[in-house]
Amino acid sequence: MARIAGVEISNNKRVEIGLTYIFGIGRPKSKEILNETKIDLNKKIKDLSADELGRIRKHIESSEMVEGDLRKRINQDIKRLMDINSYRGRRHKRGLPVRGQRTKTNARTRKGPRGAMIKKKRV
Amino acid sequence: MPRSIKKGVYIDEKLLTKVMTIRKAEKREVIKTWSRRSTVIPEMVGLTLAVHNGKKFIPVFITENMVGHKLGEFAETRTYKGHTSKDSKGKK
Repeated sequence: MARIAGVEISNNKRVEIGLTYIFGIGRPKSKEILNETKIDLNKKIKDLSADELGRIRKHIESSEMVEGDLRKRINQDIKRLMDINSYRGRRHKRGLPVRGQRTKTNARTRKGPRGAMIKKKRV
Repeated sequence: MPRSIKKGVYIDEKLLTKVMTIRKAEKREVIKTWSRRSTVIPEMVGLTLAVHNGKKFIPVFITENMVGHKLGEFAETRTYKGHTSKDSKGKK
């Protein structure tokens, strides 16, 4: 059990995988971090020394945007689009697909379950 | 894929000269434009542009946040008021 970047508790997986439990870190970024901190990516989380954990934490803190900060940033970006009333912002407001997908059929991920009333406020 | 940086942002020549003259004269004048494909540049901030939506001109007040977007993004081309819901049908 180790605590990296706030609340992330990982188990006895390989470090490379364990790090991806952090929001904002996927496989490529995980590899990058481990390369730069010179930690073997096949090592298990539980086998990491305190020093190694410290290096990972420091690296993430200094050069990656993860968890709350990243979520905040994403929401800010969306809010900006909505505030300037751009096309993408309007799509976000209405809960419709933003990137030009068809809406005649499908688009259920954005629109929610079939037949459900759209509760989102209009423009 | 984004536009190459070498070329710079796209903006209609005519619109650019208009924006520049208005800025020089420091007039608060609405510029009508059909050029929806033009990028919003920092010089436009504070101006109001009337962007054509295919039918009429939609006044768009340019703010700092809009820089980098295209003018067309701010003038909707479609009208959709939503389908009549079941209860509003009953009222009619």
